[in-house]
Amino acid sequence: MLEKAACFDEMLGDDGTRAPYALVDAWLKSLPRDQLELKRREAEGLFRRIGITFAVYTEGGDPERLIPFDLIPRVLAQAEWQRLKLGLEQRVKALNAFIHDVYHGREILRAGRVPERLVLHNSQFRPEMAGFDLPGHIYSHIAGIDMVRTGPDQYYVLEDNCRTPSGVSYMVENREVMLRLFPDLFRRAAVAPVAHYPDELLETLRSVPPPNCRGEPTVVLLTPGIHNSAYYEHAFLADEMGIELVEGEDLLVQGDVCYMRTTRGLARVDVIYRRIDDEYIDPLVFHPNSMLGVPGLYFAYRAGNVNLANAIGAGIADDKAVYIHVPEMIRFYLGEEPLLSNVPTYDCRLPDDLKYVLAHLDELVVKAVHGSGGYGMLVGPHATQGQLAEFRALLKARPYDYIAQPTLSLSTVPTFVEQGIAPRHVDLRPFVLSGGDRIRIVPGGLTRVALREGSLVVNSSQGGGTKDTWVLEG
Amino acid sequence: MHLTIHHDTLYRYGEAAHRVFQALRLWPIPGGGQVIRDWRVEIDGRKLRPTCRDGFGNPAATHVIDGPVAALSIVVHAEVDTQDRQGVLGDAIESLPPLFYLNASELTAIDPALQALADEQADPSGGEIAQLHRLCASVRERVDYRTDSTHVATSAAEALANGAGVCQDHAHVLIASARALGFPARYVSGYLCANAEGAAASHAWAEIHVNHLGWVGFDAANQMCPDERYVRVAVGRDYRDAAPVRGVRMGGLAETLDVQVRIGEGQ
Repeated sequence: MLEKAACFDEMLGDDGTRAPYALVDAWLKSLPRDQLELKRREAEGLFRRIGITFAVYTEGGDPERLIPFDLIPRVLAQAEWQRLKLGLEQRVKALNAFIHDVYHGREILRAGRVPERLVLHNSQFRPEMAGFDLPGHIYSHIAGIDMVRTGPDQYYVLEDNCRTPSGVSYMVENREVMLRLFPDLFRRAAVAPVAHYPDELLETLRSVPPPNCRGEPTVVLLTPGIHNSAYYEHAFLADEMGIELVEGEDLLVQGDVCYMRTTRGLARVDVIYRRIDDEYIDPLVFHPNSMLGVPGLYFAYRAGNVNLANAIGAGIADDKAVYIHVPEMIRFYLGEEPLLSNVPTYDCRLPDDLKYVLAHLDELVVKAVHGSGGYGMLVGPHATQGQLAEFRALLKARPYDYIAQPTLSLSTVPTFVEQGIAPRHVDLRPFVLSGGDRIRIVPGGLTRVALREGSLVVNSSQGGGTKDTWVLEG
Repeated sequence: MHLTIHHDTLYRYGEAAHRVFQALRLWPIPGGGQVIRDWRVEIDGRKLRPTCRDGFGNPAATHVIDGPVAALSIVVHAEVDTQDRQGVLGDAIESLPPLFYLNASELTAIDPALQALADEQADPSGGEIAQLHRLCASVRERVDYRTDSTHVATSAAEALANGAGVCQDHAHVLIASARALGFPARYVSGYLCANAEGAAASHAWAEIHVNHLGWVGFDAANQMCPDERYVRVAVGRDYRDAAPVRGVRMGGLAETLDVQVRIGEGQ
């Protein structure tokens, strides 16, 4: 019933079922196929009832469709997770140190360890943040680090999401649904919980009050509104944290202090978990016609009267060309060797790299430096001649907009598809919370799975699904 | 030179606005050898102090007036001692490195005509200062001084194509073309005491980063480097970063401006 995959399968490994999957393997063998189908439908019903949807900007049809959920969990042993966790903490510490540095002394640029122009001429570099001290020097309070695995001990960071990473509501809801569908399974397995993520997030946000905050900080979540593709997540997180979900028009800046309108008048706001992009935060500084933001919010921020998570300008650390230099940041700021590997990356701005990329296009993955969601991307081995020709032209015309990486053979995890249970490629997005006191990481993260056979693209906008991610305790 | 500045701005709204938000950059950024003896900003008679510095180092503050707002007055009163440094800024503390100011911005984006204007002055003979003076002269030659020919959102490319503009446009065209020649360049907003009769104005010019000298002011409108009659207030990539007032209003029809600036020498 199981196809054997050519690449590393996290359940089957190279010689028989791997230890962390013993329970899942036995469970799958004991579960009749029609039972699985029944549960799958039940899960879909639950997700519909919860109302968890994701707007996708392509194709026609139902724009508020469900992201497919796969019932078979992805499992990590405690020891495997501990290794990842240390690596993630190290990486995010370095990323925050880097962002602080580029808006202050720019030591890493002076030392020649990161090219000056890559930072200073980057559209994600926000001069508005220069010379501004943030509480705890933290810029990316919530970071989503995309990881892939290629073998029992080989993990790579694919990209860092330092701005407004989404998807954490799926991590929490997937577990909730699994607990409801298979309570017995969780009685037999010691799985680290994830339901406390909203508490950890709130603790993190409360740990970075602005300098002029008096008493317990008041935290709100600022959303662009119901038309945003991640609105469900905004509402979910605000509700779980017990904080107000606000839109720009609910906030008012007066005397460079930020207030929220309430039925009992104005209430001072200290920390804003904002899920709107930098350019829309304040029409007095960025897009003059933006109705999403709050006039004067930037000045209240700089005056030390309110803090924003994530910080304006945090995007300078998740540019795909800046990514190349993260291992160097870890050495530079922490004096440590990186615990997590980067994917070897060709910087198409460099003539030698570009030459190599053009000569090996059919083996490589090419990504737009500022792209996201799997758009503007070429997977060489799966591309048509036409697509290859199109990217060859793009690379020659705008080499500085692209990087390229070898096509990794991503690990697979058994997945319930039309044909039965079959291996499908997965990635992992752990969410790293950086507070003024410490770093918090809920064990696991969001596993995304490419449902099409052989596909390496896990983005939900491109036919990807999600799985519950288990970290075994002890 | 001791300068006294009186800068009165009256905003009138065709129909009362419900609410007006403004961000002000009306306090002088340090540097350039100016000594501030007194500097007051009043909104409808209420004194306003800067509450923060923006990323370019400009002192700033916002204010909000709840409607109905039919008119709004902003008054700047200042006493400043200045000196003639031939535009050389000296060792002011900068929050952003010169390399940053090679970036184009929305109002200073390059186009073929700006590139061509720059290319005509690519010859560095006589030194960079001489080269930049030639660039200033050619900017002034191509962009005639004419009020009401442009507005605050006119870009450098539009002003050059127009062949006319005001000091803001001269500064934008100079900035865009200086950057095209590889010089970091930025926008300065401030005041100029033009002559002894007190004909003075809010003014804008450029600062260009030159080897060995650092930032040097160039006023393309008047084809000279700033002297003791100039008062620097705010800097940025273009007008939008350094604008003395940026506003958002809710409701209210056409906004009209009535500006009066008097700058006098001595007291």
